[in-house]
Amino acid sequence: MLRFFVRRILLVVPTLAGLLLLTFLLVRVVPNDPSAALAGENATLAQIEEIRRQYGFDRPLWQQFFIYVGQVAAFDFGKSIYTNAPVAQDIKQRLPATLELTFIALALGAGLGIPLGVLAAISHNRFADYAIRVLTVGGLAVASFWFAIMLQFLFAMELDLLPLRGRLAVATDLPPLVTGFHLIDSLLAGRLDIFADTLRHLALPAFTLSIGAIATITRFTRSGVLETLQRDFVIYETAVGYPRPVLIGVYVLRNSVVAAITQIGLLFGALIGGAVVVESIFDWPGIGTYAVRGILSADFKAVLAVTLLVGIIYAMVNILVDLVHALVDPRVAEQL
Amino acid sequence: MAADPTNARPPLLSVANLRVSIASDEGLAQVLDGVSLDVAEGRIVGVVGESGCGKSTLVRAVLGILPRGARTESGSIHFAGEDLLTLDERAMTRRIRGRAIGFIPQDPYLALNPVFRVGTQLLEIMRWHGDGSEDGAGPFNRARRARHRLWLIQILKAVQLPDPEQALDRYPHQFSGGQRQRLLIAGALACRPRLVIADEPTTALDVTTQLEILKLLKRLVAEFGVSMLFVTHDVGVVAQLCDEVAVMYAGQSVEWGGTGELLARPRHPYTVSLLACHPDRADGLVGIAGQVPSALAPPTGCRFHPRCGKAMAACAGTKPETTPSGDRHTVACMLYGVPDA
Repeated sequence: MLRFFVRRILLVVPTLAGLLLLTFLLVRVVPNDPSAALAGENATLAQIEEIRRQYGFDRPLWQQFFIYVGQVAAFDFGKSIYTNAPVAQDIKQRLPATLELTFIALALGAGLGIPLGVLAAISHNRFADYAIRVLTVGGLAVASFWFAIMLQFLFAMELDLLPLRGRLAVATDLPPLVTGFHLIDSLLAGRLDIFADTLRHLALPAFTLSIGAIATITRFTRSGVLETLQRDFVIYETAVGYPRPVLIGVYVLRNSVVAAITQIGLLFGALIGGAVVVESIFDWPGIGTYAVRGILSADFKAVLAVTLLVGIIYAMVNILVDLVHALVDPRVAEQL
Repeated sequence: MAADPTNARPPLLSVANLRVSIASDEGLAQVLDGVSLDVAEGRIVGVVGESGCGKSTLVRAVLGILPRGARTESGSIHFAGEDLLTLDERAMTRRIRGRAIGFIPQDPYLALNPVFRVGTQLLEIMRWHGDGSEDGAGPFNRARRARHRLWLIQILKAVQLPDPEQALDRYPHQFSGGQRQRLLIAGALACRPRLVIADEPTTALDVTTQLEILKLLKRLVAEFGVSMLFVTHDVGVVAQLCDEVAVMYAGQSVEWGGTGELLARPRHPYTVSLLACHPDRADGLVGIAGQVPSALAPPTGCRFHPRCGKAMAACAGTKPETTPSGDRHTVACMLYGVPDA
């Protein structure tokens, strides 16, 4: 198992190297001169030259690349033009908000998607199956910005049940910082009121973000269970009298979730991407809103750092998925 | 019909005139068309016939796990005094499957769940069915589970599985085919059933392993005091293992008798041809001309008549009655009609 884990981690190294190279070249390929952008609109040529030297833009490209790699390794992403604070610090402050949102969305996706998928499979070609299939197609097709606004309209404005935007009510004080996840920090501090307020604020954005994940996981679970039900061991386990709920819920399901788990890894990338839209609509103080602001103000350092970060998170989640995969199916760990 | 007249007790399992049809896109298939057989207490009864003659359907009908679209049209399956066809799904799961009737599947490579330890899988059977000495503890009682584990290890020793204690923590793919079949045999015996149904348990194994498994089964039947219904297409296996034989052809029972008697003096032309085909008896490769007919459009009357060397005009007309012929031997064939009928 350990060998398997180490191998998966080593496989990530070339991926990250590629990501570094790509982000580096992307900035250099863009036609606008970063030095000019950094210097501002009223800068003189001499000032631009000065910045160019200062940032090393006058060196050969390969030298610049190694300088860049060195900076990234030291978590030095420079200063954001917009916030005028180090990008690394901005991200450290905002990342927990995004991760909290995406993890909750993912938990919703798996927590609703897997049972729905099983229900659809065991009622194959009957009413529940058709209903779930229609809903999942809808879930995949719906535009999240529209859906988010509809949710806001219904639950925040019409029914006034949930807050419209933000991560915490203005009147609520922040929980003492431990992990940065409000749900965990408020519990650690024993502040159930903050916990409840966090949950209320999470509900709409997390649900919006999870719609696609619920639909995808439902569909993969459904087809996985249907496929597993055809296998010979299902007949055997029925013939020796496993109760049906145990058979489906434990013995069939564990064979069926492999495809769904692989999807969860891929979905995480989509969730982080989706977070950009959802955070903007719900004014969520995460790296999504940060990236959007960075793009709008040509704050390329912020954008680069976020891109890199998302890539690294994506790679880590996929290692985790492989690990879970190996835990679910013991043969996977032996194959590698 | 086939009950031993010298034995006053009713047979443990008695299948009478069972008819099962399966509806598919291509039409209604009459897979079982009047199958009868008895398994007396403590006996090993072989069911023999070519592939596709309905043997597996018979097994699934007895266990109440017929595939979707299948329907039992008529007949009865009496087991230990009750008609299994009248039991509901819940009763079958709790009292019959794995509990009163143990099951050994055909393919040990496919029957075990690949992602669970074998101990988990075998103990799951015992969790719901016990080990025959229950004290009323619930399915999740830890002491009960520990006792089951010890009993299971004892059975694994009885089926001669090496390292039984470590074996429980391993996964199916870490065992050979013969070892997996031993695990499945242990699973069939674990809850102290009265009957064990074995569906071609040696077909997927190589010849030397086959022989070992057969010897093991014969010994275990005596040791555990169970009866066995043994399904096979191999007449040679029947000769080694079974006390009585039921011969099936295309979903019909054609002949029944004690193994020695039936193999020495086969009555039905199909049984005669089947025995002639067996490599131990035949000179070179011999077959039966033609193929097992499709259950969608079976021949009328005796289903064997298109392939039968002794067919008469009447054979296509009506299905022959099962009639006694010799000592504890019955046959369904026009050649052995009821005297003075």
